[in-house]
Amino acid sequence: MNLSRTARTALWAMLAAGLGVIYVPLLIVLVNSFNTDRTFAWPPTGFTVRWWEAAWNSTGVRDALWASVQAGLGATAIALVLGTMVAFAIQRYDFFGKNAVSLLILLPIALPGIVTGIALNNAFRAVLEPFGVSLGLFTVIIGHATFCVVTVYNNVLARLRRMGSSLEEASADLGADTFTTFRLITFPMMRSALLAGGLLAFALSFDEIIVTTFTAGAGVRTLPLWIFENLFRPNQAPVVNVVAAALIVASIVPIYLAQRLSGGDAGTR
Amino acid sequence: MSDPAVRLSGLSKSFGAVAAVAGVDLDIADGEFFAMLGPSGSGKTTVLRLIAGFEAPTSGRVELGGVDVTRLAPFERDVNTVFQDYALFPHMNVVDNVEYGLRVKRVPKAERRARALAALESVRLEGLERRRPNQLSGGQRQRVALARALVNRPRVLLLDEPLGALDLKLREEMQVELKSIQREVGITFLFVTHDQEEALTMSDRVAVFDRGRIEQVGTPADIYEKPVSPFVAGFVGTSNLISGEAAQAVLGREGTFSVRPEKLRVAGLDDAVDAAEHSATGTVSEVVYAGPATRFVVELDVGGRLIALQQNLQVSSMDVMGLRGTRVRLVWHRRHEFAIVSQEGVS
Repeated sequence: MNLSRTARTALWAMLAAGLGVIYVPLLIVLVNSFNTDRTFAWPPTGFTVRWWEAAWNSTGVRDALWASVQAGLGATAIALVLGTMVAFAIQRYDFFGKNAVSLLILLPIALPGIVTGIALNNAFRAVLEPFGVSLGLFTVIIGHATFCVVTVYNNVLARLRRMGSSLEEASADLGADTFTTFRLITFPMMRSALLAGGLLAFALSFDEIIVTTFTAGAGVRTLPLWIFENLFRPNQAPVVNVVAAALIVASIVPIYLAQRLSGGDAGTR
Repeated sequence: MSDPAVRLSGLSKSFGAVAAVAGVDLDIADGEFFAMLGPSGSGKTTVLRLIAGFEAPTSGRVELGGVDVTRLAPFERDVNTVFQDYALFPHMNVVDNVEYGLRVKRVPKAERRARALAALESVRLEGLERRRPNQLSGGQRQRVALARALVNRPRVLLLDEPLGALDLKLREEMQVELKSIQREVGITFLFVTHDQEEALTMSDRVAVFDRGRIEQVGTPADIYEKPVSPFVAGFVGTSNLISGEAAQAVLGREGTFSVRPEKLRVAGLDDAVDAAEHSATGTVSEVVYAGPATRFVVELDVGGRLIALQQNLQVSSMDVMGLRGTRVRLVWHRRHEFAIVSQEGVS
């Protein structure tokens, strides 16, 4: 399409402004993590890796990171199993209440976190505590799984729709039983969708704070919880900043991969 | 006599209230090139899927080589399918696709590789073994699908509109090639098509489907020259029906009769008519010049219309175009008119 020079300049300027609003603050966080000044005076007074060292050596950060990784992996594992199963049921079979089930699966991602959080908190205390199970990592994982299932479900469902059933029919036609067809055809065709859904699920869980607040109990500190608690302690501010900077860098990789995988079709093996 | 490669008895399949296949009986002999011809929705593809085992019949039986396979899963049946959309596995290269059937049957690696390469050679795809399906043209994919099915040496090869996705030139090439491949391997080919020309040129026998039933089974010549119903006459080739009062006036008989367009001769009004011939007068309402031949649409004086196809042996387009509006006599030999037994029993 041909645009006038002015229109093109204007559009470029709008794009730059839009992206700037998002990425300049993140860049400042990154720069400030090397700022010698404890109060982030601008422009930075000098370069230091002191805060990175402090963060690396902080047991609070390490424990929180480990808790977050565990919660993320746990929630992702549940999401992968349940999301895939539901996607297959919805795509391949007709049953009573199919549309309702599909809606109920999608709903948790739209529900306000605070509602989910309070509801789960009440439910866990009412149901689990009588059995001696108190709030902790396990309940965080369950809480996160409620909305992580959606990402896997959506990815797998889209892939199954695009795939159709003719590949599986072709496999059966060529003599493969149901299990062999799944192993050699269905699963490899879904692999990248599972990976994309799993990465998104992990990312969702990793930065979740509201539901986590209500389901974590006293013993568990995930990374977002730790950041939130230490944000307003002047002593910890530089370390919090470092953690934020590290998370920015760390989150680019899975998002980039997820995008490549869900976009790139069956060309990947 | 040995058992037929395929025997269908009383085969029916309903989807909800819709009867896609409504009682089909059919025997297909070993080594036959058999076409199931019909418009879309006539049930021919459903019959193919019932034979492959992708659908379970509502009633009736499917036998392969004398063995009842009605209750068997697709992977337990000795048939292979070439799908309309080819259904090649996109995450595997060409040779892995072709090897797939042998691989799941645990044929040793060396043997299956050799057989796959031979199959690819037979469809003239040497050198493309490492390509992915999305790097192939439509015609090449078609050949891979064919090789992938043939390498298993099935009792029957099922082809679902195998040439439907190809352009005209390629389709004509593949028609000839499919036929010669079939002769080479000697496997029974059963293919579904809505293209009457394809069915007539390729097959030993044709079954014409309409509304879930077989209207007629026969050789291409039978189907074309002696259609048993107005539907067959109309679907296979151009329908030239004479019925009612026109039949009475021209032929001196009641009923519905069919004459193929190329059997009609366009003559002058006063030309002599042989005793063995019938004729009818009319006015040329349309002249369609089509290169090697010209199509004349003639409105008969006794009612009805006939289409005559004349080869352009001597004439040019200029000559024939001038015939529009003129009065002519259509002449045909009596042996080329066929009474059609209508389903309603009007005959």
